[in-house]
Amino acid sequence: MAKEKLQRLRTRGHRVVLNRSAGGDTGITIMLTFLGLFMFVPMYYVVIQSLKPLDELFMFPPRFYVIRPTLENFGDLFTLMSDSWVPFSRYIFNTVFITICGTLGNLVFASMAAYSLAKLRFPGRNAIFQVIVMSLMFHSTVNQVTHFIILSAFGWIDTYLSIIVPSMAGTMGLYLMKQFMESSVPDTVLESARLDGASEFRIYLTIAMPMVKPAWLTLMVECFKNLWNSGSSIYIHSEELKTFNYAIQQIVSGGIARSGAGAASTVVMMMVPILIFVFNQSQIVETMGSSGMKD
Amino acid sequence: MSQISEANRPVKRSEVSKLRWTWQEMKNNKTAYFMLAPFLLLFIIFTVLPVVLSIFLSLTDFNMLQMPHFLGIDNYMRLFLDDEIFILAIQNTMIFAAITGPVSYILALLVAWFINELPPKIRAVVTLVFYAPSISGNAYLIWKTLFSSDSYGWANAVLIKYGIITEPILWFQNADYVMPLCIVVALWTSLGTAFLSFIAGFQTIDRSMYEAAAVDGIKNRWQELWYITLPTMRPQLMFGAVLAITNSFGFGAVVDALCGFPSVDYAAHTIMHHLGDYGGARYEIGYASAIAVILFIIMFSSNIIIKKALSKVGE
Repeated sequence: MAKEKLQRLRTRGHRVVLNRSAGGDTGITIMLTFLGLFMFVPMYYVVIQSLKPLDELFMFPPRFYVIRPTLENFGDLFTLMSDSWVPFSRYIFNTVFITICGTLGNLVFASMAAYSLAKLRFPGRNAIFQVIVMSLMFHSTVNQVTHFIILSAFGWIDTYLSIIVPSMAGTMGLYLMKQFMESSVPDTVLESARLDGASEFRIYLTIAMPMVKPAWLTLMVECFKNLWNSGSSIYIHSEELKTFNYAIQQIVSGGIARSGAGAASTVVMMMVPILIFVFNQSQIVETMGSSGMKD
Repeated sequence: MSQISEANRPVKRSEVSKLRWTWQEMKNNKTAYFMLAPFLLLFIIFTVLPVVLSIFLSLTDFNMLQMPHFLGIDNYMRLFLDDEIFILAIQNTMIFAAITGPVSYILALLVAWFINELPPKIRAVVTLVFYAPSISGNAYLIWKTLFSSDSYGWANAVLIKYGIITEPILWFQNADYVMPLCIVVALWTSLGTAFLSFIAGFQTIDRSMYEAAAVDGIKNRWQELWYITLPTMRPQLMFGAVLAITNSFGFGAVVDALCGFPSVDYAAHTIMHHLGDYGGARYEIGYASAIAVILFIIMFSSNIIIKKALSKVGE
């Protein structure tokens, strides 16, 4: 019985493939291609638009290829940037500063908390983690009104702090790191370090953290992505404190003549998170392996 | 001698009251609390406190200028009985969430499952193709170019070329089209963290389980998915569901950027917009807080329902 079944197995390449009909394979390939085009074509179109010279941008019907590719639009973007009354380097500095401070703060605070929640037993541990998981269940914009009140109580409105400090308490990074520590840092290693007299903080820093490198890379990428893409904030109104993303959107929203520069700016903005993801993809997927939620 | 050891020996749980035991344990784990403290403090200030504050303020008429007065449930009465736009916002939010949530969830799961059997190199590329839109900031604005209101927009150009329409359609200014278009764009950006979690989940499943299942009479890939793969992946499914729900209520920014605010005839007006309108523009903090509380209730109850449903997977 069992032998008959195994004889019917198909092989794909050198591997035995179980329960895979050729019809199903075809259907899945077609669906995947269709969905892939849906995802890919708009991204591709951004890049193509950014390379089109002005006359091709206004060609009817619009084309999905470019006849005479040019970097003019990127040049225009650069010219537009140097015309703004706050020097453009200032916007770039703001984004870089906010991103670095927020990401580092989140890394330090969340990894310490993750170690504590994953590897130490103390009263209140489960309750605290439950509350943190609950916070994953609502979108942060729900809090925007009361958030504003709290920030103004601290006098942080219109300062870097209004963006940096709350981002340090991002829960997604903590959650992923806690789950990863639980599954990939063996208790026996920590136990023997404790017997050698190492303090918990030392164990966290010299044993646990090096073992969860994929998790902290993921945390940094996650936090970086959020801060990098942050545009106009309702907590900041001074022009010289605003971000690169905000500024670039302002200068390219100046009507249809700038649609080429607009596409160029989108390409610049999206390249950074995409490249960072590409370089860290395997680590991020490894981290996600333990992201599951127990009910 | 016996007295000293009596004093030094560790306290056993049965010997002391629950309170003292807890206190003792807390003292023994001081480091744990110290390591947790910085994060927890910020978390409480910037996440827990705003929620609690919302609940309190929703019972008042606070407006940032005057001393608040206690109103009881008046704000809620006004929301449901006197505010037609809020009722419209609830409807839109529900339609939006009921479509984007499940569709993005199933899409993420199916795509992750489809690409699971591809060779690693190709899988990495395909993963990037599907994941990239969700991390590309405002790249979704390209949909505004594709569905631009003049004939330079791709959609209009195609329709005009084949003689289906003669005048360009004002896609994002037409109440019939804004909602479906926003849903499509929202789905385009929705394959994020949950999608990666599913991909990882499929990879961690032990292949020998499939071989055993084939011998035990699993006939095709769908049975294999339902009886073996999904039950094994239940933790990932749960995590993905939480994120899908959260995101399905959080597409306000996408809608704003595409349709402007307010959208034409409030056709894409969601609770999130209503909240921003009263909280950010009109400073009716008490009223806005009531809207926020309603949103909390909707989000949490969706989570509870989904968790119940997911525990039925593979049965």
